[in-house]
Amino acid sequence: MTTLEVVRPGLLSTVQDQGRPGLAHLGVPRSGAADAASLLLANRLVGNGPDAAGIEATVLGLDVRLRDSRWVAVTGASCPVSIDGRPAGWQAPQFLPAGATLSVGAARNGVRAYLAVAGGIVCPPVLRSRSTDTLSGIGPAPLAAGAVLPVGPGTGTPAPVDVAPRAHLPATVEVRLVLGPRDDWFAPAAVSGLFAGTYEVTTASNRVGVRLAGRAMPVARPDGLPSEGMVLGAVQIPANGQPIIFLADHPTTGGYPVLGVVHPSDLWMVAQAAPGTRVRFRRGAAPHAGTVLRLGREPGDEPPRYTGGGFFAGA
Amino acid sequence: MNNEVRIRPAGLSACLLDVPPDLAGTLADHLRDCHARGALPGVVDVVPGARTILLDGAGSDRLTPVLRPLLHAWAGRGTAPAPELVEIEVRYDGPDLADVAARAGLTEAEVIELHTRAPMRVAFCGFAPGFAYIEGLPAPLRSPRLRTPRTSVPAGSVAIAEQYTGIYPRPSPGGWRLLGHTSADLWNLDRDEPALLRPGVHVRFVPVP
Repeated sequence: MTTLEVVRPGLLSTVQDQGRPGLAHLGVPRSGAADAASLLLANRLVGNGPDAAGIEATVLGLDVRLRDSRWVAVTGASCPVSIDGRPAGWQAPQFLPAGATLSVGAARNGVRAYLAVAGGIVCPPVLRSRSTDTLSGIGPAPLAAGAVLPVGPGTGTPAPVDVAPRAHLPATVEVRLVLGPRDDWFAPAAVSGLFAGTYEVTTASNRVGVRLAGRAMPVARPDGLPSEGMVLGAVQIPANGQPIIFLADHPTTGGYPVLGVVHPSDLWMVAQAAPGTRVRFRRGAAPHAGTVLRLGREPGDEPPRYTGGGFFAGA
Repeated sequence: MNNEVRIRPAGLSACLLDVPPDLAGTLADHLRDCHARGALPGVVDVVPGARTILLDGAGSDRLTPVLRPLLHAWAGRGTAPAPELVEIEVRYDGPDLADVAARAGLTEAEVIELHTRAPMRVAFCGFAPGFAYIEGLPAPLRSPRLRTPRTSVPAGSVAIAEQYTGIYPRPSPGGWRLLGHTSADLWNLDRDEPALLRPGVHVRFVPVP
């Protein structure tokens, strides 16, 4: 065991792992790294398992020191990385000597950088996860200057790579939107308008969701939606018609209709999109929609009849 | 009787079931039990809503063939174990009690009587960890949310809105009408089961002076 000291926390730095899925029925958000793949990569680069906790830094990076030497890796948003002022690698395992300061600079492409340390951050888990949930306050507090975090014993060996390539985030990101579950709350013309339009990421975005500004999506139905479960990547349309894309700390239930869900392979671009980034939606292939099943058998009833030979489309 | 369940995709790895409102509770119990027995492959969470059940972790393509026999064979009640009953002691001294009584044309004592005698049940959770939407509120007590929510509601406040009773697990803004308060430990991370009120749990409110 050793420790990591936060020298400069930047704008918002939090401990994150792969979150606490499976507790939404208690009102507990999944949380976890907003760009989960980048944290997985950082862990792999330093020889950690996929569930190890690292640090998610936002926009301005952070500076840390270790009490004992360890391998570290910085992934996610592209940013200058240095060790005691000397340039060091990004998306690559780096040896961080005891007492040296690792500086993760301001993000140049993307907004969230991930720092993994061999052995992982091992602060006490809460509900089986070390993630900071910014919506409900579960997990460790956001990191302040001087915070000291325990680091586990290093186990694996660092991955023998010079640098792991990462896709560049363009100024206009195009994400696939899988329609449903409430696409029938919107007029077809409004849905077409969404696909034709361009939205812009606003500064009101955070780990809960990315708020977009653009052509308002009118909700076709006047009645309110009774609260229902929400999923990661859901595109919720609130009363003002401006879409919100839910990220890791999203509320577990909501009362605004979800037009569609961003394809899981594209969600990292949303999580990394800085304010001002343009977002375009492309229609993603949807599973068959609208299957209706009949419940139970009443006494004397005919055997349940399927509503079709299999799936049928339409809702 | 409406006995149809519509399976709606919620992305590639979840589906949302529209369920008949009068069967939503027992069906959620059944699917939670199926999930606990490993009969819903890929599903990591069964999340009931007011009129829906979200199955998170597996898409509709994968789950529809699994759900078909599970729902067709369902005879109105599952094999789920008998629900737990939680009694919650309430001091009925809330700032909205008089207003709720006036709206219902009842005395405060009659409001308390109605609220404590009705069998209630947690329909779903949301809003905050440990916040339960408890159904079973007698019709005369149903009232809309406050037009202007309070900026801060004390933890333990027992409140009503529309057809639900809720208890604020921690101080927060809130627009529900406050009937009273409880010292019940609603959310405790040191317990194996942090939430006192989970979907399906039956609830009875007990008045205390």
